[in-house]
Amino acid sequence: MSEILIKNASVCDPVQGINCETMDICIKDGKIVESVSSNAKVIDAEGRLTMAGGFDGHTHSAGKINVGRFINPNDARKNPVPGLSGQVARTEKTRAQVGYNTPNTYAIGYRYAKLGYTTICEAAIPLLAARHTHEEFKEIPILDKMGLSLFGSNWQVMEYIRDKEPEKLAAYVAWGLRASRGYGIKIVNPGGGEAWGWGKNVSGLYDPVPNFDVTPAEILMSLAEVNERLKLPHSVHVHCNNLGKPGNYATTIETMKLFEKIKLSRDRQALHVTHVQFNAYAGTSWRNFETGAPMVADYVNGADHLTFDLGQVIFGPAVTMTADGPVEYANARMLHEKWSNQDVELEDASGVVPLFYSPKSFVNAVQWAIGLELALLVKDPWKVMFTTDSPNGGSFVNYPEAFTYLMSAKRREEVISGFSNMALDRMVLPGIDRELDFYELAIMTRSTQSKMYSRPEKGNLKAGSDADIAIYDIIPGQIDPSTEYVKVKKAFSGAAYTLKDGEIVVKDGEIEATPKGRIYWVNAKVPSPIDSAMQKDIDIKFRKYYTVSKANYMVEDVYLQKPVEIATEGVF
Amino acid sequence: MTVIKDAVCSFCGSLCDDITVTVENNKITKIENACILGHSKFVGMLEHDRIETPMIRKDGELVSVSYEEAIEAAAKILVNSKRTLSYGWCSTSCETVSGAIQLAEETGSVIDSTANVCHGPTALSAQEKGSPSATLGEIKNRADVILFWGCNPVHAHPRHMARYSSFSKGLFTEKGRRGRKMIVLDVRKTDTAKLADKYVEIEQGSDLLLVTALRSIINGHGDVIPETVAGVPKAEILELTETLENAKFVCIFFGMGVTQSRSKYKNGDAMSSLISDLNQHTKAVMIGMRGHYNVTGFGQVATWETGFPMAIDFARGYPYYNPGETGANDLLVREEPGAAIIAAADPGAHFPQKAVRHLARIPVIQIDPYPNPTTELADVVFPAAVVGIEAEGTAYRMDAISLRMKKLIDSKFKTDEEIIKDLTEKVRELKRGA
Repeated sequence: MSEILIKNASVCDPVQGINCETMDICIKDGKIVESVSSNAKVIDAEGRLTMAGGFDGHTHSAGKINVGRFINPNDARKNPVPGLSGQVARTEKTRAQVGYNTPNTYAIGYRYAKLGYTTICEAAIPLLAARHTHEEFKEIPILDKMGLSLFGSNWQVMEYIRDKEPEKLAAYVAWGLRASRGYGIKIVNPGGGEAWGWGKNVSGLYDPVPNFDVTPAEILMSLAEVNERLKLPHSVHVHCNNLGKPGNYATTIETMKLFEKIKLSRDRQALHVTHVQFNAYAGTSWRNFETGAPMVADYVNGADHLTFDLGQVIFGPAVTMTADGPVEYANARMLHEKWSNQDVELEDASGVVPLFYSPKSFVNAVQWAIGLELALLVKDPWKVMFTTDSPNGGSFVNYPEAFTYLMSAKRREEVISGFSNMALDRMVLPGIDRELDFYELAIMTRSTQSKMYSRPEKGNLKAGSDADIAIYDIIPGQIDPSTEYVKVKKAFSGAAYTLKDGEIVVKDGEIEATPKGRIYWVNAKVPSPIDSAMQKDIDIKFRKYYTVSKANYMVEDVYLQKPVEIATEGVF
Repeated sequence: MTVIKDAVCSFCGSLCDDITVTVENNKITKIENACILGHSKFVGMLEHDRIETPMIRKDGELVSVSYEEAIEAAAKILVNSKRTLSYGWCSTSCETVSGAIQLAEETGSVIDSTANVCHGPTALSAQEKGSPSATLGEIKNRADVILFWGCNPVHAHPRHMARYSSFSKGLFTEKGRRGRKMIVLDVRKTDTAKLADKYVEIEQGSDLLLVTALRSIINGHGDVIPETVAGVPKAEILELTETLENAKFVCIFFGMGVTQSRSKYKNGDAMSSLISDLNQHTKAVMIGMRGHYNVTGFGQVATWETGFPMAIDFARGYPYYNPGETGANDLLVREEPGAAIIAAADPGAHFPQKAVRHLARIPVIQIDPYPNPTTELADVVFPAAVVGIEAEGTAYRMDAISLRMKKLIDSKFKTDEEIIKDLTEKVRELKRGA
């Protein structure tokens, strides 16, 4: 029985409404408890900022990222954020590390932990390639992990929608989650992945998918209904149609509106819209491109059924990776960049393209501003999850840098001063003076995630929760983040302590221990007659169309490290 | 009697996963669905001579020793060597590869795979221009034009055409072979070429010229093409371009005729650009015909664990990658390694003479189920269970889809994974002692 007492912590825990109050935290056997014995090991926080471990709810960290590594060996040597990037030799405690946007698996675990993050959610698992995702998960140390499974261009999904078979659709999704050991439903450019199978795309919510006679809107609504029927812990997680195109903010708002009518089966949002920065563009071409963030924020401020994340841009090199195949091809042609593509039979598409965000490019400058505008114009931080859609907008190791943009208007002004007048004309950021405090930052980096993913034991410091804790070298009240952003960035770049399940994994910004993390996956129960009827249909798919057998499709238990099965009971 | 269905064949990069194996008294008595190569692997496993015991070379002869003695001797070689080459790892599981990478990291070795003499240039071309690809089922279900360029699946991947390409039937390809155009580009009329609708014979080493000509025509610069390119008349090239542009879905499968001939990675680089250009007109992808059943897996595991797919040098403590300098043959030809550990590959038979000569001079550790020319050079030899038959584990198909290989029968031999684990433990023990 291991006990730890963290004394004099300045606790910032929005789930409990605690805003930087000095208190003690007791830990026993990896959980937060009310009290500990006098034998407990004492950590003196000395009044420093203490939060629950960070939770990145949308990051590309296993699976597709390997294509990014493969085609960008140059990334391995990049070291723009010393201590959190570049080549690091092995030590007695740590494996060798490389990379910046696409670090090796070990570096991903160590670097998130250094930032005080303890849980990540992989943004996209193709069902057929799920085994690969879990193989990489196994080699990412320290962090707890989960992943979202792709359903948005799946043949069986589209056929059940076309044939009006909502129960079988639910049974299929439940099976797909089981097969891929996924945590929730990811929908990327609904229908667009199938269209990309023929080198085409869908143009909006009501543009039918070639050969399947369903629309993106129908795919979204049907999967949202399945999500509620199966009582999944997360909502559908949507990458909207038309990503990256000027004028796409309208599609984004239209998509959000569709979900107003969804009846919830549990206490969470009906919809999560991801990396909205890429989907909040106004204008009709790259020539008259401008921010659409005010319109999106305006809608979100009046809505209470959704959450979203930013997809904040970080200036410098990035690697885009998405199941949105047509977007990546367009990126590669526009930027004359190398292009990787991997369409997945019967299921979806994907692509990887490296790029560089330059403050001198007016488009990139406006993209940078849009992410911040979304975060600052949306009044309720509980609707917002902070992300860079790592590494699409930039690597997660830049989170501390991005926090300073959110917390300091002066810091923003510094960056903006380098922009062209044309860029300034196309954004509203210079007129925004809001600065987030530590409490709001904690909401966007931990508390929203706890609620969004229905993980009450994560992202907070309540008794009974996992003892995943970050202590940062900041004394709240003695620091002014709006001017002292250099100190803020430094503190968030290397936690004084990161505890994972009550074990000190980071001390003074260095790795202390590398325990293995858990894998969360969802097992949604479906009545067996419905399941059997569905199985007959997918048996045909395997016999006629797939190139692997059904038996070899399911991810075996051996690939799951410390699995946690989240069981739900579907309503049929 | 046990009948095991959906077994994965651990022979070639097609990784067929529909094999039915009958086992009686721990012997495989019947194999269904496998091709001649796969069949002979399952059967041959019983008929061929195996390495029966661990061996150490004493006074020039390999003599049987205990497993512990061999582990001790191998660990000593690794601890005493300043620069070790770790090579092979493609006919084994991803779990073994992971262990081998950790051992290489801890001993500051260079680790490389058989891609060094195979599809290594394919990786280089992907690093230049990307890898526009798809899973094999996309070809099965959609492709109406299939090109085999510098590869010969009839002999190297016998079930490929039936399961994934020319003859396969899918949702949008119900007619199978009859609905498809099959084109073969090669330097000689192979048995695959004999099955094609169109065979284009090109001059050896001129692939880059032909790819470039195709790109020029597709991009509207057909006027600059001379009357013949790569020995192919212009009219034929124009016809080929038209076929590609008018297809619904094109796949180019390419083999070592492209990667190991003149211009090497530049061929794949240009082909990747060709695919990108073709996508302005139609849908097109390319897939490398990987040979060893898990050479793709080595690349995958190495990439997520070290950031690089091959030729990884741990001398600095962190992974360093510079193919041409850190590839297996680069090192051997420079006579650099002080020792080598070789598993699931046979450089003794396949490397250039100069490289083999150096291998003969240095201590070599071999892990393999079967004796081969490398055994003749080896100083410590570990017999291993055959992965996919006597040991389970993960392998990656040529299109980067991973599958779980089954253990079908028991074996007295240790698995590659166990041997690497024991060896790593012993190396740590010796290092602590030192």
